[in-house]
Amino acid sequence: MDDVLILGEVKEGSLDLKTLELLGAGKKLANDLGGEFSIVLMGDGVSGAADEAAPYGPARVYKLEDPLLKGFKADLWVASLEQACREVNPKILLMSHSFIGMELGPRLACRLNTRLTTDCIDLSIDPEDGLLLRTKPVSGGNAISVFKCTGEPQLATVRGKVFEPPEAVDGKGEIVEMAPQIDQSMIKAESLEIVKEEIVALDKADVVVSGGAGLGEEDGFELLEELREALSKSFGSVMIGCSRVAVDKGWISSDHQVGLTGTIISPDIYVAVGISGAIQHLVGMVHAKKIIAINTDLGCNMFKVADYGVVEDYEEIIPALVEKLEELS
Amino acid sequence: MKELRIIVCAKEIPDPEAPLSDVSVDTEKMEVNVDAPQVISPFDENALEAALRITEEMDAKITVLSMGKKVSDTVLRKSLAAGADELILLQDDAFGKLDSHSVAHVLSDAIKKIGEYDLVLTGRQAGDWDAGQVGLILGEMLGIPCINLAREIKVEDGNVLVKKNIPGGYEQVRARIPALVTVSNEVGELRYISRTKMMKMIKSRTFIPSWNNEDFVTAPEMLKNMEIQELSSPPDMSRNCQFLDGNTPEENADKLAAVFESLR
Repeated sequence: MDDVLILGEVKEGSLDLKTLELLGAGKKLANDLGGEFSIVLMGDGVSGAADEAAPYGPARVYKLEDPLLKGFKADLWVASLEQACREVNPKILLMSHSFIGMELGPRLACRLNTRLTTDCIDLSIDPEDGLLLRTKPVSGGNAISVFKCTGEPQLATVRGKVFEPPEAVDGKGEIVEMAPQIDQSMIKAESLEIVKEEIVALDKADVVVSGGAGLGEEDGFELLEELREALSKSFGSVMIGCSRVAVDKGWISSDHQVGLTGTIISPDIYVAVGISGAIQHLVGMVHAKKIIAINTDLGCNMFKVADYGVVEDYEEIIPALVEKLEELS
Repeated sequence: MKELRIIVCAKEIPDPEAPLSDVSVDTEKMEVNVDAPQVISPFDENALEAALRITEEMDAKITVLSMGKKVSDTVLRKSLAAGADELILLQDDAFGKLDSHSVAHVLSDAIKKIGEYDLVLTGRQAGDWDAGQVGLILGEMLGIPCINLAREIKVEDGNVLVKKNIPGGYEQVRARIPALVTVSNEVGELRYISRTKMMKMIKSRTFIPSWNNEDFVTAPEMLKNMEIQELSSPPDMSRNCQFLDGNTPEENADKLAAVFESLR
């Protein structure tokens, strides 16, 4: 009996870091239940990833391999995962809150007539009834809620960086092959083309200079770019970030977006320019080591979470700041 | 070609951009209290904008569905002012705290009552519970193709063509209509609505239909509320902000440059 099943994700042939974290979560919950945990992997070829997962302590590694499962085709993936759940019958199924988990979770929940909690930051077992307690930020992060739901499997998607990967153990999980019952006709949303874009890897930045609605216009990002360049001379990797509103206005592409539905980051320095600090944004940057806020509104949220505040019009202070930084460098 | 029928699901929520000082958590009643005006959830506004852009390309009719215990037609009339053709409110005491599955159940019954439709659009998630589930569950319940996280939506020859967000770029996806698409903010903000237009729509005597549980929900005994065990405030995020006290932007720029120097 697999009490806890986790859906693994494979990135460039190896297990994604989030999957290792899920293995940690699965192990913890299985311990609390006094049972076992297992992992399911799907794709066109997942043998390498299966071998990689086996030493982390799962009782079984289920492989669903089929040429049709190459790439993430949600229609086929949800059908295969539904099949795995019906065959394995786990009490709990965990997925990453990745673009895969975000899409499979709700659809699977509907098909299995069970309830899902998304983007969990903690999971535990209620000792009273053995059910899964799912802790999740709600209202953008203004509150933390603990849910308990009926239906099996108990489904949750899990935020990255909240669980630790487990230590490798002696002995290996048994590898179990499952034949996915899928065919081409099950594809309802057909992929025509995948377009790669040049994107910023905000989570790798040492310093992020971020702009929001307070910039007033798209051109504001040009000044931020000047500041970015000036800071690049003294700091490692400096990148441009933004708030959701800046993306909505079409000023900048969403790979720059910091926050709940953008990237969650913790750089050494975060410079917030013209960002009032909606809670959905704050949860994405509040773990920066130092926060510097430039805003004309003394009462805005951003100053409440900042280490340094400047109440100025960014159009006036940034050119002067760039000049000063150039002098110093 | 016959008129395309688009249904947009839009939720009314307290303004998610409210200052932190206007938000409090009632741990007893397990409610988040937000002292801010009600608005349409931002991603649902993006969904409405995506629908409006389709109407610019072809003959299409937009119906907005909004559901809750009590929905303010003043807030939702904004959708009509922006260009939607019809607004239907789904209101019932039973709709207040439903879980995502039950919300989708109610919406799917409302859509079945409407009957004909080609495209259902929802925001990727609502700004109150941030679940991000209703759209996709609704698509499953309706038994139609589902596409998640759209940044652009077009309709052509009986297909919906969607640019779907994926890590590192986008995927061009095609599905037969009717289909359900969840919309992300890359679509762009809801178009500007003049105050005159907005006031006119608020004051207009346009009849806004309101349906309750008995009007359309099949198997209402299946509806379940969210099972919240505990609601708490998040850890305090506040820091002690040191304000730079220069008298001119230049003075403050010097001080800020010194701050950066100290952080090197």
